[in-house]
Amino acid sequence: MPTISELKNTVTQIRRDIVRMVHANSSGHPGGSLGCAEFLTALYFEIMNHNTNFTMDGIGEDIFFLSNGHISPVFYAVLSRRGYFDITELATFRKIDSRLQGHPTTHEGLEGVRMASGSLGQGLSTAIGAALTKKLNNDDSLVYTLHGDGELQEGQVWEAFMYAAGKKVDNLIATIDYNQKQIDGSINEVLPMGNLTSKLLAFDWIVLEEFHGNNIEAVINILNKAKECTGEGKPVAIILHTEMGNGVNYMMGTHKWHGSAPNDEQLADALSQNLETLGDY
Amino acid sequence: MEMKDTRSGFGAGLTELGKINQNVVALCADLTGSLNMNDFQNENPERFFQIGIAEANMIGIAAGMTIGGKIPFTGTFANFSTSRVYDQIRQSIAYSGKNVKICASHAGLTLGEDGATHQVLEDIGMMKMLPHMIVINPCDYNQTKAATIAIADYFGPVYLRFGRPKVPNFTPANQDFEIGKALHLKKGNDVTIFATGHLVWEALEATKILEKEGISVEVINIHTIKPLDNEAILKAVKNTKCVVTAEEHMLNGGLGDSIAQLLSRKLPTPIEMVGVNDTFGESGPPMKLMKKYGLTSDNIITAAKKVIARK
Repeated sequence: MPTISELKNTVTQIRRDIVRMVHANSSGHPGGSLGCAEFLTALYFEIMNHNTNFTMDGIGEDIFFLSNGHISPVFYAVLSRRGYFDITELATFRKIDSRLQGHPTTHEGLEGVRMASGSLGQGLSTAIGAALTKKLNNDDSLVYTLHGDGELQEGQVWEAFMYAAGKKVDNLIATIDYNQKQIDGSINEVLPMGNLTSKLLAFDWIVLEEFHGNNIEAVINILNKAKECTGEGKPVAIILHTEMGNGVNYMMGTHKWHGSAPNDEQLADALSQNLETLGDY
Repeated sequence: MEMKDTRSGFGAGLTELGKINQNVVALCADLTGSLNMNDFQNENPERFFQIGIAEANMIGIAAGMTIGGKIPFTGTFANFSTSRVYDQIRQSIAYSGKNVKICASHAGLTLGEDGATHQVLEDIGMMKMLPHMIVINPCDYNQTKAATIAIADYFGPVYLRFGRPKVPNFTPANQDFEIGKALHLKKGNDVTIFATGHLVWEALEATKILEKEGISVEVINIHTIKPLDNEAILKAVKNTKCVVTAEEHMLNGGLGDSIAQLLSRKLPTPIEMVGVNDTFGESGPPMKLMKKYGLTSDNIITAAKKVIARK
């Protein structure tokens, strides 16, 4: 198991990867990616029992679905840093003939991706499906998902919330990236969500909340707690408070870096705040 | 002639699959009886998933269930199997290359009294536009049963379309079903009728009358609209030199559209199309609707004479 210090170094390097990938194309989604760096690092370097020798079926291992596919930079950076594919491939992000499409896909055979995502609201359903198949296969490993909070405006997510609880899909841990921002502004400006915890409790989920989603130790703790809640007849949700753009000061406190790329000067500024730890790709 | 509904053919095929293929799972959005999925459900309760009235969720769950080796068959009406969930099919099944069989009942006008909200006439077009999606529209009970069993052995997304009313069951029981293979039902020299689904029987009925009038008619059942059997179609048309297409679907995007596209590129040929022309359906008894919207053997006869005159 890596030490906390090593995990923090990994997170910092992943932040560098994210801003460099997005800068290289002048396109991509840095804000949510930066905010979820701790979560995905914790999941892939600490929490999940998984095999970097990728198989689509993922028999006997924990599997993850990224529902908010636009934060592909952090997903790709974590997968490659974990060993699913070579880090040099990060340089192809969003370029022609790349396996690292703007939004994740299985279409180009990228190791670590089991489902296309990007059109929002579909990932919880697909994760439920994978969780049901694990039960049929007597496979007691877990299924993890990540969703944007704005993504919960899609109706299909609520169909899936209802189903997972109603049918006792209890080998599933769904995390909501609760940064309270989306493209057009704060979620309360776009469409007030009300009390998300109460809503999920009313849907009969086990609901955990972590207010320090950019603290790697806190993220690991809440994920471990979530694991302990599985197998009890209910699906498990984590409302993870994160900060969009975390780790790059000028990207924090605003929704404006949801889908905007830094220019050369801004890149240098961002990199100076996240010094190289594992070696750039 | 035995009269049976094609949806029961699907149900029988699914029941058979339940016995012979342990990886087959079935999902339904609150229409188990309408799609005759009860026997599968009763015999394989652990492999049957009642999703409730949530078709988008059903499509996503089906896509996810393939991860780990299951072969999901989803069941609901054709309208709710396609237009309602097009983006879910596009991203989570087609683009993701998942081995899901989308099984769609009550397609077309013959859904009848429920009216246009439920009478999808655009589904073949929508589904055939998705890259690598297989589109199958069998003609009767026996063929639907055979197709249902056959698609479990093909790895990849399939759209299987069938209907509600009882119609003549005229193809052989226990037939082999080969995806993508056009079936010659009758040889002839003056005109080729390419028909799909419920219109195959109408084409055969039309042929009886045309032959009495001295017109030699070739009838080909195109049960697979995608991939289209280009070779068989071109071979037939080289001989007869004119074509009628017949389908219970919108002209835009249907079988006729596919055949016209093939012929215009490879072998320009006079063609007349029997189908629904840019309109919604309405409530009514199935066969009266077929008559009102021009989808009967009489319409095929008229189209055949018209296209022969254009040669």
